[in-house]
Amino acid sequence: MLFSLFRGGVHPDGFKELSANRRISKLPIPGRLYVPLRQHAGTEAIAIVNVGDQVLKGQLIGRAGRGLSAPIHAPTSGEVIAIEPVVAAHPSGYSTKAVIIRTDRRDQVYPQPALVDPFIQDPETLAKKVADYGIVGMGGATFPSAVKLQSAVGYEINTLIINGGECEPYLTADDRLMRERPDTIVTGSRLIQHIIKAKRVAIVIEDNKKYAIAAMRNATEPYRDVDIVVVPTRYPMGSAKQMIQVVTKKEVPAGKLSTELGVLLYNVGTAYATCECLMENKPLVSRIVTVSGGAIKQPQNVEALVGTPLSYLIEHCGGTVEEPARLLMGGPMMGLVMPSADAPLIKGAGGVLALQAHEINQTESSPCIRCGRCVSACPMGLLPLEMANRARSQDFDSASEFGLKDCILCGSCAYVCPSHIPLVHYFQYAKGEISQKNAAQKRTEYTRELSEARRVRQEKEAAAKAAAKAAKSKRRKRSATTTD
Amino acid sequence: MTALSALLVLTLMGLLLGFALGLAAKVFHVETDPLLDEVSALMPGTQCGQCGYAGCNQAAEAMVKGETPVTCCPPGGKTLAATIAGKLGISISLDSMNDELLLARVNPGLCTGCTRCYKACPTDAIVGANKQIHGVIMAACTGCGSCLAACPERCIDMVPESKALDSWHWPKPIAA
Repeated sequence: MLFSLFRGGVHPDGFKELSANRRISKLPIPGRLYVPLRQHAGTEAIAIVNVGDQVLKGQLIGRAGRGLSAPIHAPTSGEVIAIEPVVAAHPSGYSTKAVIIRTDRRDQVYPQPALVDPFIQDPETLAKKVADYGIVGMGGATFPSAVKLQSAVGYEINTLIINGGECEPYLTADDRLMRERPDTIVTGSRLIQHIIKAKRVAIVIEDNKKYAIAAMRNATEPYRDVDIVVVPTRYPMGSAKQMIQVVTKKEVPAGKLSTELGVLLYNVGTAYATCECLMENKPLVSRIVTVSGGAIKQPQNVEALVGTPLSYLIEHCGGTVEEPARLLMGGPMMGLVMPSADAPLIKGAGGVLALQAHEINQTESSPCIRCGRCVSACPMGLLPLEMANRARSQDFDSASEFGLKDCILCGSCAYVCPSHIPLVHYFQYAKGEISQKNAAQKRTEYTRELSEARRVRQEKEAAAKAAAKAAKSKRRKRSATTTD
Repeated sequence: MTALSALLVLTLMGLLLGFALGLAAKVFHVETDPLLDEVSALMPGTQCGQCGYAGCNQAAEAMVKGETPVTCCPPGGKTLAATIAGKLGISISLDSMNDELLLARVNPGLCTGCTRCYKACPTDAIVGANKQIHGVIMAACTGCGSCLAACPERCIDMVPESKALDSWHWPKPIAA
């Protein structure tokens, strides 16, 4: 099969051998779980349990918030001992509201309604169940899966792509999942296919995962409309837009959704979670996470409960050989710097990396020499040097015009830059400034609306008062004339 | 005959009056600065008076005339200052402006439910009823402080907006 690959991209060293060859181990239940009420794209879930409540594994503890949101379930059985802010798995170091559970280590399961064969149920019922069970995109973006399923309504979906790219260095969680539990992934993929009525399923795997390819091939054997597509290894293959381009040879237009091309993309982890939800009645309360990096003694993949402190995960993997120079959630290219090892594991975390000083780039940056390497590396065909220049001079509108809004923040440009310019940092900064400006603008508009509404209301009230007064004096006059 | 004359008279009247109105519009035309209109339209319109002027229009006028800096509107914040500066073609430094917005918060321990604060609020951001503790809807509060002056119990504090993950973004890199 020939591919017209995406443009640009880089080949970072994989370091996948650190964790790829060990079986997924099940992490023992920690004494306390810190379950954030927001682990997904959108608004915070609303806690429905109180301090002192006993909860069971899979019991709903936070219902979905308003708008885009997802519910949160108890990862194991125990007692709710607090609902308070804890340090968030976020580079800001801010805190986020979490339900803190003291576990009883009995792992008692909350009784769920009886299971019905999902393949005979209608797609709407299934999509609702996916929403109710808190399934979100496991590739990192944590977009609520049900919203994506519903977005397919009205579009003819030709291809459902199951993303087994996992192009970030160090990470092997999807690789191990595909090797060890291929049948669950395939069933999950077929369930998603059933819900969105996709004609075919393409499970896309990078060619550096030989064992995963073999296992998945074996598992898809019985199904004619489920194919394994092997693609070359190149970062950022696992990015939705690039993968769609490689598989369908069509590029998602700027500002459009992939559904318009008749394509929908899910991560293998999401397919796995969907199967667990629909076939086993299991809400999303745990995930496979790669714990790796030079500072970790025994790098491996573990199946851990959501809300587990990162320090507990690291301890389980033998601890650290030295104080890590950087702690990351996610991969080294796009992952988030963690403010502390106390931060809890969240649904979207594919990896926890403790890196040593030699593994991270700490070279001072020097001025741009306009070599253009970032331009050839950019998978979106943008001009990173120009965008960064504009961001630096705080000309955000023109940075946006130069393609900042299409930038996927993959980091390929910063990776190749010989001057070590923190290009992605500039883009993050500019994107942040732009969204802050938009938020402030919205707020001012809202204020205008409110003050206008108040003015109208006050006028109405004054008019009603005047009318009442007039009516009263009229009545009085009339009664005065009749008594005369 | 009568019908015809009525028609004629009305047509004539219409023409004459129309002409007169048109003339009056030209003769008595009040010139307003289009720039002033544009700037007024950008203002929050709460007439909160934090800028020191009677209302938003007066503040806009002063800014257009250059009598007051464009950074004078706290509810509008940096965004408004930058937009107005762009409109007026002047360059300003936003560093002196406070990024943090102070919002009103009712101390429930002291509130007697007198309703004076919510009557004073220009954005209806305070909710409550007679003899019920009042509360502030943070999303609607502009931090104008009108309620502070209205409260007889002095139970309203101005507190910084709570830090949310969404409001954080990467700072500008320190690099060449």
